[in-house]
Parts: sequence; structure tokens; C-alpha cells
Amino acid sequence: MPSKEKVLELKNIAQKLRQHIIEMICQAASGHPGGSLSAADIVAVLYFHQLKHNPKDPKWVDRDRFVMSKGHAAPVLYAALAESGYFPLKYLTTLRQIGSSLQGHIDMLSLPGIEMSTGSLGQGLSAANGMALAGRLDNKDYQVYCLLGDGECQEGQVWEAAMTSAHYKLDKITAIIDHNKYQIDGSVEKIKNLKPFGDKWKSFGWNVISCDGHDVKAVCEALEEGKNYKGKPSVIIADTIKGKGVVFMEEKPLDYHGKAPTETEKEVALKALCQIILDKDENK
Amino acid sequence: MSEVKTEATRDAYGKTLVELGKENPKIVVLDADLAASTKTADFRKAFPERFFDMGVAEQDMIGTAAGLAASGKIVFASTFAVFGSGRAWDQIRISAAYTRLNVKIVVTHGGITTGEDGASHQANEDIAIMRAIPNLTVIVPADAYETAKVIRAAAKFNGPMYIRLSRIKSPLVYKDESFAYQIGKGITLRQGKDVTIIACGIMVAKALEAAEELSKQKINCRVVDLHTIKPLDKELIVRCAKETGAIVTVEEHSILGGLGGAVAEVIVENCPVPMARVGIKDMFGESGKPEELLVKYGLTAKDIAAAVGSVLKRKK
Repeated sequence: MPSKEKVLELKNIAQKLRQHIIEMICQAASGHPGGSLSAADIVAVLYFHQLKHNPKDPKWVDRDRFVMSKGHAAPVLYAALAESGYFPLKYLTTLRQIGSSLQGHIDMLSLPGIEMSTGSLGQGLSAANGMALAGRLDNKDYQVYCLLGDGECQEGQVWEAAMTSAHYKLDKITAIIDHNKYQIDGSVEKIKNLKPFGDKWKSFGWNVISCDGHDVKAVCEALEEGKNYKGKPSVIIADTIKGKGVVFMEEKPLDYHGKAPTETEKEVALKALCQIILDKDENK
Repeated sequence: MSEVKTEATRDAYGKTLVELGKENPKIVVLDADLAASTKTADFRKAFPERFFDMGVAEQDMIGTAAGLAASGKIVFASTFAVFGSGRAWDQIRISAAYTRLNVKIVVTHGGITTGEDGASHQANEDIAIMRAIPNLTVIVPADAYETAKVIRAAAKFNGPMYIRLSRIKSPLVYKDESFAYQIGKGITLRQGKDVTIIACGIMVAKALEAAEELSKQKINCRVVDLHTIKPLDKELIVRCAKETGAIVTVEEHSILGGLGGAVAEVIVENCPVPMARVGIKDMFGESGKPEELLVKYGLTAKDIAAAVGSVLKRKK
């Protein structure tokens, strides 16, 4: 389990990722802040604690794999890759600009450290299964993590893939759902209800874990539990808040699914996100 | 009349896949519940540990193939042409083609000769929708020998491919596997100066049959096996247009967007000459015996000969 110091470090990294997200999306004047912010703590834990990876050798054969199936949350991945050292931070502000390697949705060929291109929802878990099957064939020990959106789980392919993971007993798969409860057109519950969500995964043959997706310690523990579970793939349903860390987005998640904040909003958002979290803070 | 030797291209696929499996441990095969029909069952029997049945889930199959390929495997993923193109089109576009991964989508039951199963199972639009995807190589081999060559070439080729095979036993166009084969380079099977018949798949044999008949009327047809629809052998097409002054395309596919469409695009921009497209008109097929359907839907040597007649009339 992570030390107290590590937990604090991860919290601050997550805040830094959030700052990058706001800056990148404002610079691009387009993008998806809500679902990037909701995944920031999960992605921070993955890249700065959980994943076995080497930014100096992105193709290292024994690395853990991370597939970002919710490809519109590209900014949080780019921020984590840059902070990890896969490419210089200065490129972050080129997001969505012509000629940039930072495509609006994830393109594995344009940047180091990306395992799969995504953007058309529902495709990532299938690819993750393929990576896990290859790992099994090659007697490798790597874990394959796949982050999905909750709205994304309305795609049929997610459930085709869920059957595959369970059928082939791919316990090297850990799926994580960024369960922020909103999609473009409204709340997931109103648009097309997923409940009982955990039961669905359970009935598909998965080990289901729930956690607070903004409690980095809880995310660390859930990931560890998923990794150690044998015989079944594990899914972590991470309870999150769309727009987490930016109050006016948390309050109006539907307004910030796919829209950049204004310059004034940006200042407000960054002011809050630039506060360093100290040990004494109860802030998660 | 001498006996014409026939073999189904899907049978050649099954055999070649097993040979490749012995040579290269990186080869992995996926199928979507049609292994007995696509002939990947041969590989399943020989290398069960490297075969994964994805069940009736073509979209998941393509995604899984992409993940395996991203981990260094050479993946052959098979199903019927209708499902391996249309059903999984977006997965092919993003997971396999945008990523340039080593996914070889080898489909069987292409075209109307799928026969008795009827319109739902007859892929007459797959070439059109597949060739619209960037990075994707699209190939329709003419016979079993060429299929073996194509599958071998595919295993060496780095990148995504769509290879369309047939259900039925069809005439062998080549005498063996000794001919030179290169992806993207059409093969001139018969020299001629009056018109060029450009065909792919099982229609190459029909084109040769038509050319033979027409030679009796002193019409001298060139016949090209244009197995690779993408990337297209533009140089060869333009040369044929210039040298013979008329083009007829022949395919077991809709006349919209397939081989005929691709050739027309090149001709119009580079060397406009009279041209006719033999293929399935813009319509769905129906159940029936393959040979009956070929007659009803205008895909016989006679139909090709009539198309040749029509372009020759328009030729200056």
C-alpha cells in the first residue's frame, strides 16, 4: 500500500494533471474537460504508482499496458505522459492544433507511450483483451489496464469484450470505469440506465470492486486488489464527479462535457487547482 | 472439352494458414464462430493454443486482433465477408487501420456466389466500403493458387489488410504457385490490343473464358488479374487504356465503388476511354444456386462479351 507521503504526492500530481487539462483545453478552445477531470486521480495513480512502465523505453516488452478506451479524455492521458517524461511538457499546449501530435482523440502513432488509438467509444476493452492474450501466449507477467466511461458502456462492443475477458479468464485485465454519471445528452441514468451496473459486470463473470475514484488511497487499494485477483478479470467501478476539482463544472457537468471554459473561468479554475495539498488538508 | 480444375479459395486459405503456423510462431488466428466455413478450423486443429474463437462478435474480434497485433502478433481474423467488413467497419477503421496494425482480415463467402443463404449473407458492397478506409490494403485473389501466394505475402506484409475469398469451388486460373506475385501489381494473363478486361476474384476465370470466345470473332482481348484493389496499380491501368483504347471491368460485387469504380476513377483522370462495368447492379441478391445467380445477375462470360461489344462500338 502507498505510504502517507506517496498518497500526498499522488494527490498533488492529480491536481497538476488537472491544471494541464484546463490549460490545454483553454488553449485549444475545445476539448472535453468534464470527463478528463473526473479521471485525473485514477490516471495519476496509474502512471505514478501502479503501472510498470519506462518513459525512456516506451516499447519495453514487459511493461504494463494502459488502454484509454474513453478517447475523449485524451488531455488527462497527455498530461500524465508528459509529466512522466514521455515527451516535453511544452507540447501540451499544442492540443488539437493542426500539425500537432496531440490529437483531439488518442492516436497511438503520433505520441510515444500510447498503446491504442481510441475515440470511437467501446473499442478499448477488446484491444486490451488482445494484449492480455498475447501476454499469456508469451508467458509475460504484465497487467493490462483499461479505462472506460460509464456512458461508453452503452456500446454493445463493451459487453462483447466483457464476455471475452471472462471466457478466457483474463485475470491480467483490470477494467476501470470512470463512473461520473453524466454523458453528453444528460445523466446516464436518464439517457439509458446502466443500473444495476455492478451486477451487470458480475453476471458477465467479472470480479467487481467499487471505490471512490477521487480517493487516491482507495484507488491504489482497488487496483492492487484487482491485480491480485486470480481466475477472473476485475472491474473497478470508480465513483467520480464529472468536472472534479473545478467547482463550476462540478455544479454544471452537462455544460462542460465537450466545451472549453472561457478565459475568466480558466483563471478561476486554475486558482483553485494551483493550491498545493498539504498533509493537514482533508481535501481528497 | 477438357476438364477444368477447380478449388475454393477458402480451402487454399486454410491449408496455407497451417503451413504458415508451422513456420512462424507469431501467427495467431481468430474466428467469429465460422471456423469450419472459413477453414480456419484447420489452423485450430494444428495450433489450438494460437487459435481463439471470439464467438458471434465480429466487432470484438477485430478489436482483440488489434490488441494482439499491438503486442507483436501477426493476426489473421476470419469470418464471412458481410460480417468482416460491414459489421465491424468502425472497428476496422479505428482499431486496425488508423493504427496500421498487423491485422489480416481474411473473409470468405464474398459476393453473390455465397448462394443459398441469400441476400443477408451475400457481400456485394464490401470492396467499396473497405477500400474507402485509409491504410487498408484490399485484395481479391483470382484462384486457389493465387490465394496461397496472397496469404503468404500477407504474413510478411506489415500492416492491415482485407482479403476477400469465395465460398464456391472456382476454376484454377494459374497452373501452379510458380508465378511471381506482388501486392499492388496486376498480372496480365492474356495479351490483346482491342480492349482490356480487368477482373478480380473468381471473375478472372470468366473474363478469360469471354476473351477466348471473343477471339473466335477476331476480337483481341487483353485480360488483367487486378487482384489488389488498393493500392491500385494505376500505371498498369493507364497503360492498358492507352494501348487498347477500351476497358471492361468485371467483379462479383456491386458496380458501385468496387473494382469498376476504382478503375473508373483512374481512367477518368488519366486517360478517358470507353469503359463498361460488369458487376451486380445496385440491388440485393437472393437465394439460389451460385451458378444460377451468376446468370441471373449478369456475371457470365456472355455478359462480359456483351460489355466488350458495347465498348468497342463506342471506341473511335
